[in-house]
Amino acid sequence: MNRLSPFNVVSLTMGFVFLYVPMLILVIFSFNESKLVTVWAGFSTKWYGELLANDAFLDAAWVTLQVAVISSTIATVLGTMAAYVLVRGGRFFGRTLFSGMIYAPLVMPEVITGLSLLLLFIGIGMDRGVLTIVLAHTTFSMCFVSVVVSSRLMTFDQSLEEAALDLGASPFTAFRLVTLPIIAPAVVSGWLLAFTLSLDDLVIASFTSGPSATTLPMKIWSSVRLGVSPEINALSTILIGLVTIGVICASLASKQAALRAKRDEQQAARAA
Amino acid sequence: MADTVFAPWDDPDQKPLIRFRNVTKRFGDFTAIDDLTLDIFEQEFFALLGPSGCGKTTMMRMLAGFENPTEGRIELAGNDIAGVPPNKRAVNMMFQSYALFPHLSIWDNIAFGLRRESSDKAAISARVEEMLKLTRLEKFAKRKPHQISGGQRQRVALARSLAKAPKLLLLDEPLGALDAKLREATQFELMDIQEKTGTTFVIVTHDQEEAMTVASRVAVMDEGRIMQVATPEQIYEAPQSVYVADFIGDVNIIRGSATAVGPDRYQIAWAEGRDPVHAVSTRPFSDGQECHLAIRPEKVSIHAEHPAADNAVQGKVLDIAYLGNLSTYHVELPTGEIIKAQVANTRRISRRAFTWEDPVWISWTETAGVLLDQ
Repeated sequence: MNRLSPFNVVSLTMGFVFLYVPMLILVIFSFNESKLVTVWAGFSTKWYGELLANDAFLDAAWVTLQVAVISSTIATVLGTMAAYVLVRGGRFFGRTLFSGMIYAPLVMPEVITGLSLLLLFIGIGMDRGVLTIVLAHTTFSMCFVSVVVSSRLMTFDQSLEEAALDLGASPFTAFRLVTLPIIAPAVVSGWLLAFTLSLDDLVIASFTSGPSATTLPMKIWSSVRLGVSPEINALSTILIGLVTIGVICASLASKQAALRAKRDEQQAARAA
Repeated sequence: MADTVFAPWDDPDQKPLIRFRNVTKRFGDFTAIDDLTLDIFEQEFFALLGPSGCGKTTMMRMLAGFENPTEGRIELAGNDIAGVPPNKRAVNMMFQSYALFPHLSIWDNIAFGLRRESSDKAAISARVEEMLKLTRLEKFAKRKPHQISGGQRQRVALARSLAKAPKLLLLDEPLGALDAKLREATQFELMDIQEKTGTTFVIVTHDQEEAMTVASRVAVMDEGRIMQVATPEQIYEAPQSVYVADFIGDVNIIRGSATAVGPDRYQIAWAEGRDPVHAVSTRPFSDGQECHLAIRPEKVSIHAEHPAADNAVQGKVLDIAYLGNLSTYHVELPTGEIIKAQVANTRRISRRAFTWEDPVWISWTETAGVLLDQ
């Protein structure tokens, strides 16, 4: 019925070309035999081998992963707590100010966040390293978690919590046994968001890291300044592959869940 | 004693389970509950009835512990419960939205409250099974709330709130989400369960028929005050104010001034140049006092000829509402007032005696109406 018109085909193609050609070129050249990034000299996986032998890259990847896991976990705990208080706390003095202050870092230029954190760390005499990057990443990704979780909490039927209290649960038990399991998907996506933000952050990490700790984006950035090596192509290809697998898994899981919910509801309707 | 009517409110020796004593609740400038005093007795099925915003839900939330009174005391079994948090009260509530925990099975939903106070697995299990049986949900124990129908969810909510055997069960518009047929069946089921468990029920509703059906006593509320507390029959037959008479069911109100014409007997001048009507009232009126005569439409009869009755006035049929089993005739009097008369349709509609524009007489007895001063 709704055939694609030539115009639609052209615009679709252009859109996808625009999005994916750069990545495609990167992936193709990661299998290039030649050391020159722009000249094709036959298929090879040798750069992947060299990458795995390059300790500097592997160390950077390890640091990045540690920073991302720790900072996103702390950010999720703090962000969820902040969201809970702001949504459920009712009206208290300074509530508008607090919620504004939670969301301000979302629009703050990263350069400013990074610079201010750097000044703070210097001011209190803290040695810059993995810990300072973790703290910095926690600071800015917490706001994102808080936004995601509070939007879920706003649509959350408060009578569920009241029912738990009414049945004898203490406020903390009610949160643990009722609220948290129900908002868990939002908390998990908040964590994933914080994790991704931390993984690809270059600006704030550059400000707050010291000589002892280099994250992967920083490493890539500094090696590219000395010239793009095929190793970086290989590394990027691996990252693209991981992200693709992650996205496919997530969408399959949510599709399955939607199907199951639909089937259950139909069964309930039939049983009634 | 088996044949005594259940009426602890008439027995001065009975101690009420719940006492509201001069309770006032304000939200900022808004007064939700205004100096309210009320006793509710053990094993009662008590209905709070009123339009939305009359404060009935606030009263319920104060009983559950989600709100505290601004002034006054609320006593449960003699103890002031102000400040006692909801999780420490022997009161359970069934929420309007049911508030079933979506991530737990029906079994776990019902066991939720029991697990908070005891770790005896066998006892919990036995109690859950008992509740499942009471609400006929045995087959659905393993399902999640979204896997059962609306009526079943309602029963799960009831089972969950009854599982801890509370002294008092609060029901917030418990049948609001059900369709009419299911609602009627469920009303009787609720009464049955209330009788079996002997729990005191307080139900909040805006549906007067529901309140009349289930409750032992009804409190009609308006703007944070209780207008009248009485049994459904008294509320309907002997309302104490025009508001209550008008809120419960359909009613004709005739305004006039009363003059005593004998013991408990008054004549009411209701229109210039018309014969006064007569009514019996135990409520005293001084001569010339303004009064309202409230008469239910089913107590007004309709005739073609002048009937021999205590009160008879002439008019013409303005409108007929055919309800199947009943028809309501709207009769316009020469003075412009409209009186509704309800007649059971014992004959087929084609044999209806009156039609639009017919001149008719309507009549009622001296004792049919209630004479009210406000």
